[in-house]
Amino acid sequence: MIALLAEVPYWGQSLLRVLGGLVAVLLPAGTIVYVFLFKMMSFMQSRLGPMEAGPYGSMQLFAEVGKWLQKEDIVPDRADARIFKMAPIIVLVSTFLLVVVVPFGPEAWFTDFETGVFYALAVSSVSVLGILIAGWSSANKYSLLGGLRAAGQLIAYELPMVLAVMGVVIQAGTMNLQKIVVAQNTGSMFGIDAIGHPYVISQFFGFIIFMIAIQAELTQAPFDMPIAESELVSGYMTEYSGFRFLIFFIGEFATAGVFAMIASVLFLGGWGVPFTWFGWTSIDDVANWMNFVGPLIMFTKMMLLVFIIMWIRFSYPRLREDQLQRFAWKGLIPIALINIMVTAILKVVF
Amino acid sequence: MAKVPGLVKGLGVTLGTLFKTTVNGSNTVQYPHEKETPPIRSRGVIALHQDNCTSCMLCSRSCPDWCIYIEAHKELAPPRREGGKPRQVNLLDRFDIDYALCMYCGICVEVCPFDALFWSPEYEYSEPNISDLLHDKTKLSEWMETVPEAPELEAGADKKKK
Amino acid sequence: MTMLGDRQQLSYIASQAADARLNLELETEGMTLNIGPQHPATHGTLRIIARLDGEQVVWAEPACGYMHRGYEKLTEVRTFPQVTTLVNRIDWLGSFANEVPFILAAEKLMGVEAPTRAQYIRTILFELSRIANVSLFLGDLGVQLGAITPVFLAFRDREYVLNLIESATGGRFHPNFDRIGGLKDDLPAGWIDETRAVMKKLRSFCDQIEDLLFGNEIFQSRTRGIGVIPRDVALQYGLSGANLRASGVDWDLRRDQTLPMVWNKADWKVWTHPDGDSFARCWVRLQETRESTKIVDQLLGAIPSGPVMAKVPKIIKVPEGEAWVSTENPLGEMGYYVVSRGDLGPFRVKIRSASFNNISITPWLLRGVYVPDIVTILASLYFILGDIDR
Repeated sequence: MIALLAEVPYWGQSLLRVLGGLVAVLLPAGTIVYVFLFKMMSFMQSRLGPMEAGPYGSMQLFAEVGKWLQKEDIVPDRADARIFKMAPIIVLVSTFLLVVVVPFGPEAWFTDFETGVFYALAVSSVSVLGILIAGWSSANKYSLLGGLRAAGQLIAYELPMVLAVMGVVIQAGTMNLQKIVVAQNTGSMFGIDAIGHPYVISQFFGFIIFMIAIQAELTQAPFDMPIAESELVSGYMTEYSGFRFLIFFIGEFATAGVFAMIASVLFLGGWGVPFTWFGWTSIDDVANWMNFVGPLIMFTKMMLLVFIIMWIRFSYPRLREDQLQRFAWKGLIPIALINIMVTAILKVVF
Repeated sequence: MAKVPGLVKGLGVTLGTLFKTTVNGSNTVQYPHEKETPPIRSRGVIALHQDNCTSCMLCSRSCPDWCIYIEAHKELAPPRREGGKPRQVNLLDRFDIDYALCMYCGICVEVCPFDALFWSPEYEYSEPNISDLLHDKTKLSEWMETVPEAPELEAGADKKKK
Repeated sequence: MTMLGDRQQLSYIASQAADARLNLELETEGMTLNIGPQHPATHGTLRIIARLDGEQVVWAEPACGYMHRGYEKLTEVRTFPQVTTLVNRIDWLGSFANEVPFILAAEKLMGVEAPTRAQYIRTILFELSRIANVSLFLGDLGVQLGAITPVFLAFRDREYVLNLIESATGGRFHPNFDRIGGLKDDLPAGWIDETRAVMKKLRSFCDQIEDLLFGNEIFQSRTRGIGVIPRDVALQYGLSGANLRASGVDWDLRRDQTLPMVWNKADWKVWTHPDGDSFARCWVRLQETRESTKIVDQLLGAIPSGPVMAKVPKIIKVPEGEAWVSTENPLGEMGYYVVSRGDLGPFRVKIRSASFNNISITPWLLRGVYVPDIVTILASLYFILGDIDR
């Protein structure tokens, strides 16, 4: 694949990378919106969901996109217009920045950083800025409340996310996401090669903490105080309409997809299946067709994790702001720290 | 016995509903492709049996919204038997019900002493223009075709039917 | 003498002024937030003016009246059947229950009692409207707290009850079925069996809501200890219905009053809860719904045969007098004080609606709570705007 790509000129490669990035972000977003938000939520609520636009309502997302695109561009009079317009773009840009570091196959990746994990965690915090300035610049008391709540919540839950990932890094011995995938698929558990070494089993608590932290970073129920539809109408998104709201909307689900991809890379073995199934021993042995099948496997694992995120979102009421702060600071962080300690001890001992 | 935490039970309810809806279908009736038949007594639209109406104005007066407009004139009709006097009858000029005002309470239907007004479960008569919601006596007479038979009553009811 | 140029000086002064404005804004007694009249949390157009200090409420006051429709004035120029129709629309979720006290007051003035069969059917329809009303409350409770699933389950199961009411009376939301002296019509065939089946479905709905919502630890941490109303405060503010019973007061007009209705023919219990917090109010309503299904089941098996209408003249002129009747409606105690001068219609009707008194406690109750708790408390007090504003 690299050999193929080497023949394409540099501008061609960049174009392919940009298109690939767009697909990698928007395709999961669209699928998640249709399968989970429209259909799964409806079925869990004993109703059918959109059925008119396209067969079984599959074109509903396109209809909604078209609707939002043709709306009037409203900026409130007293809002800070420049920052108001920047906010949704910052949120979406952080998703694109995050996806470039996710490996989709042995050679299907955008960038291969040695410090991939570090970069991913750093860049995922950029969206927090977008949310904060959306809430502040809207000149609306409800948005302000939403923005303030978001500030506290998102910063509080960054820490458990980082600490949960530390366990994985200690086990894999590297921060490179591609090498973490390979370590999971070439490892073995309890002496059995055939299941590889998915960190979801050995880092079970880290996995749980990471999933809870993502739920909070995405402001999904039970952590959706910043949005809190029944109190704040839409929190920091209240004043946004039309195209800008579309960007927030797509950003929310795209980020869900990308976070799920990162979680599947870190905990479920990413794009791969245990290498012993095909007799490979290292990444150089992996066959070329894995570059096409890998993204599909990654997609499946991502959908599984998003299913869990959405399932919890539709079932639980929301925690109050002080309760969720207490949960993060007094509950998740101590557990994550203990997890790191135990992992480190076990890694050195064994 | 360990109690299943409420959080897990709640997840079970949503998952169960998901499976039930996937397997059994949902309760949603996809209007306009499928339509539910409303019950017989359902108050959809009021139909007028013109021949019975003597324009006594009772319905018009008892309507809480004053949405029934009646105009009538008197005429002499031929006598019923040979050699009798000509009778005076009221003939309707105008009998309009304004469905934009009607609150579907049914007082007019109940109060009519001559059984000229009936309920029909038809409900699909919305118009883009609000003035088209004023149904005149021709339209009201057309609704008569949709009036169903009164339902059978439950056991123990008095058989005296009005 | 300054080193800054003119332009720089001007911009410096402007930024100082901006800072001063910001400080002024941040240092006032907090933010005044208008919750409503258009808001997802209030069941209609209720406006709550809250002074916030950060996320805590310092002072709150409800401003109702956005939905005032002038009921008491309207009744002065309507006849008794017309007023029955209007009165359906006060508490529009449990609308048969609004007609009953009014008709009972008119019957009291006339000295007429409805036949037993009519009394049974009246009570059954009254309890059905209670079930319809409170099952919506249970669903809505979830939405206010962030759980979006229960409300759809509530609407799904409420449809069964509304279909029942429609097949008997002709109207889903506004039955307009009660008449002075009895009921308009008898029940259609098969209604009793259908109702029994629906009651089973509703009991399983209550179990689902209990698993999905009440057993949920997050729900409990959001509602336990929030908005505690002590027993004497509840009595002082004139609360009624489940709000009162959740504060430990054993008060149920269905059991304590003698009216020509047949609640005493069924074996049921009054649920109270000692805590008086939001969880208690929600829990009491859940149990009341279950209890209502039991009452309906028992009464269904015991409906006597006979007429549904007493011997009353066609055109009813209610004799002179004044009568007060109140019943245990789904929202609380609803009463009508009917003054008649012997006409076709009442001279004056005073409507005592439960929600108006229930929200009178909000200024006292909302002091010092967080903004999310405002929504929890309002949800647990459960009011309907039509009932507050009439």
